[in-house]
Amino acid sequence: MWSGTPLFPEAASTIAGRVDALYFFLLALSAFFSLLIAGLIVFFAVRFHRRRPDAVGAQIEGGTVLEITWTVVPLLISMVIFVWGASVYFAMARPPDETLNIYVVGKQWMWKFQHLDGQREINELHVPVGRPIKLITTSEDVIHDFFVPAFRTKADVIPGRYVNIWFQPTKPGRYRLFCAEYCGTRHSGMIGEVVVMEPSEYQTWLSGGAPEGSLASTGAKLFADLACNTCHRPDAQGRGPVLEGLFGKTVRLQSGETVTVDEAYVRESILIPAAKITAGFQPIMPTFQGLVTEEQLLALIEYVKSLRGLPQVESR
Amino acid sequence: MATVVHPARHYLNEGYGIRSWLLTRDHKRIALLYLAGVTFFFFLGGAMAVMIRLELATPAGDLVTDETYNKLFTLHGVLMVFFFLIPAIPAVLGNFLVPIMIGAKDLAFPKINLLSWYIYIIGGLFTFYALVAGGVDTGWTFYTPFSTVASTTNVVPTALGIFITGFSSILTGLNFIVTIHRMRAPGMTWFRMPLFLWSTYATSLINVLGTPVIAITVLLVALERVFHFGFFDPRLGGDPVLFQHLFWFYSHPAVYIMVLPAMGVVSELVAAGCRKPVFGYPFVAFASLGIAVLGFLVWGHHMFVAGESVYSALVFSILSFLVAIPSAVKVFNWTATMYKGSVSWETPMLYAYGFIGLFTIGGLTGLFLAAVGLDVHVTDTYFIIAHFHYIMVGGTIMGYLGGLHYWWPKISGRLYNEGLAKLSAGIIFVGFNLTFFPQFIVGYLGMPRRYHAYPPDFQVLNVLSSAGASILGVGYLIPMVYLMWSLRYGRIAGSNPWGAVGLEWTTQSPPLTENFGETPVVTWEPYEYHARVEGHVA
Repeated sequence: MWSGTPLFPEAASTIAGRVDALYFFLLALSAFFSLLIAGLIVFFAVRFHRRRPDAVGAQIEGGTVLEITWTVVPLLISMVIFVWGASVYFAMARPPDETLNIYVVGKQWMWKFQHLDGQREINELHVPVGRPIKLITTSEDVIHDFFVPAFRTKADVIPGRYVNIWFQPTKPGRYRLFCAEYCGTRHSGMIGEVVVMEPSEYQTWLSGGAPEGSLASTGAKLFADLACNTCHRPDAQGRGPVLEGLFGKTVRLQSGETVTVDEAYVRESILIPAAKITAGFQPIMPTFQGLVTEEQLLALIEYVKSLRGLPQVESR
Repeated sequence: MATVVHPARHYLNEGYGIRSWLLTRDHKRIALLYLAGVTFFFFLGGAMAVMIRLELATPAGDLVTDETYNKLFTLHGVLMVFFFLIPAIPAVLGNFLVPIMIGAKDLAFPKINLLSWYIYIIGGLFTFYALVAGGVDTGWTFYTPFSTVASTTNVVPTALGIFITGFSSILTGLNFIVTIHRMRAPGMTWFRMPLFLWSTYATSLINVLGTPVIAITVLLVALERVFHFGFFDPRLGGDPVLFQHLFWFYSHPAVYIMVLPAMGVVSELVAAGCRKPVFGYPFVAFASLGIAVLGFLVWGHHMFVAGESVYSALVFSILSFLVAIPSAVKVFNWTATMYKGSVSWETPMLYAYGFIGLFTIGGLTGLFLAAVGLDVHVTDTYFIIAHFHYIMVGGTIMGYLGGLHYWWPKISGRLYNEGLAKLSAGIIFVGFNLTFFPQFIVGYLGMPRRYHAYPPDFQVLNVLSSAGASILGVGYLIPMVYLMWSLRYGRIAGSNPWGAVGLEWTTQSPPLTENFGETPVVTWEPYEYHARVEGHVA
């Protein structure tokens, strides 16, 4: 039992070293101040121990210089930690431009992964080493949290929102994945593994299982099955906006506001179409709330994304 | 030492029988009613902690089912936070001491004070009903949409229990604020008040301003569960994260509701234990108010990984570092007070020194969490559990027990067994550290909180923690025994067994119902030991 007890977690992502460095700095700082305070207490307690029952202490009211010192010094130290913590956080929060994107859906009590090439996995995520990976996450039910200790990365997976998480694995291996936000009865069973592979093995794995086509093609099929294409036509003759070349653009709404077409906007437009109507269109689209699952939504979003490269037709 | 006799007339023999207690308006008797209440909930919540630690002694979820485990940690949190930690020091020690320390006969509104206790008990009964009706499994944080759409347990009765109990905090806070403003004895200026009153005052401000927010928040959860209003359900256009903003807007300041009174106690203990003024009195006093104000501005640090924008995270991060400063100032001032003091090694002081050490560790590990880039890794793990238990258990409970031992001779008129008291203080200190220190390590390793089962390589650290918890449990039971014992068999305390200054030590033990024979006139500064100690040692 004792021999297999680690005291420090494995580090397997580009950010892990930076998080650990800050951790060790704070450990040293905490040890210094804890020992200082404990040492002073013990020293004073012994040195100034009450020896006569009626003895009183010296009448010392305070000292302004000391007060200023122990206000300003901790303030300066804490500002150093603030800046350090913020810089690590910036690196965590901003994914690089070129990432390998994978969709993640959390539900009570499992993790579902959808690769762009069409592979689907449950509670196991295969990724190549050395490449920045971006997870676009959402939840089907309650709030979950995607936590891989070895990557020092964690983010809540929130229903109704898309939260991006990115990391770049640095060494092949199998790493624990935990749900870190309490989500009900089998919360501690909502665990899995991230399998980091050499790029060549990863290619083999990708070409392994025979999926039903890429995620975008699944989306395209769904787009036709749900008859979205009767209104959203590529030729600007439809009753809905043209989707070709739309993703990532900024569109003007009826209200006069503008909105950037991202995952959240596409999702909202499918589920609550009347919420943000593009200028020049009528609020005639029916809601698809309850008709499409979170995973189908992701396929539709990926399809709309795949139209990004196509030329945009002048919209009315 | 002169022979001391028990006073013939005091608040405990003013009337006998159940009615004389349940209809009392005496703040001291109400304090004892609260003492009974919080002690009951403390041991109930503690029993749940024991079950949790027993379950976690092995990696597999084998002692209780996952459902039961989730209910255990939920009720442990609800009972400890809302029914023990928040009321303990203000409602027991505060109720007893606020009027006496300012030289008043009672609080400003004695009937409202009794009403507060009844509200507290009714709220407790609702929560107790939720427990016996099958429990609740949302965690004490009630995060939506789990609490509103997914959980099938007794969320509404628990929420109502918290809603109701909140009014007791609000009324007690109001009572203290009015009393401290209006009822100070002649000569008792603000800067002659004991520091315990400054921190009680700051706590009362938070109670009055913050508690309505938690009341509204849990009410919204109940409404959403019953009537599907859609405040928090994304399918109805709501925002689940909105709940977290509302919840932490109260519940972060609530951390200071729990720890500020303990800081006030420690200031008193350190002054009496060193027989000298608290170093930098005005700095310690204003640090309390600073904590109360800044405490309202840092709620977002509970949500760094909950989809918060990068810039809000940075603002909440820097504000969280700022709130650490007044706490650090207090620790330095307490430590400096010991310099050239007449330092006692009696039980209350052992708790005070224990508090300073453990609160220092709790506070320093708070810096880990305020640093956003590091918080991402450690939040929602056992690191958080360890951190806030160092504040709540190492801080608040050490302060509470220290205060209870310090003022026990005043409350009961009797002395407890000093040897046993020192022994149990030592057991509690060791048990506490063995329980919670390993949790920092297992937290950084990545063990998430609220896990019924966990990977086997975390077992050693969890076994240490469980072993510590059983030591801690014994440590908490011993004072129950010798304090009860002292009520009947303890030596007569006399009015001032510690040789301390402060108005409470100028009146008899136990005090008269009206506290003082005649209203005292204060002509001295706080903690004026050099001039006043002669003749005060009983």
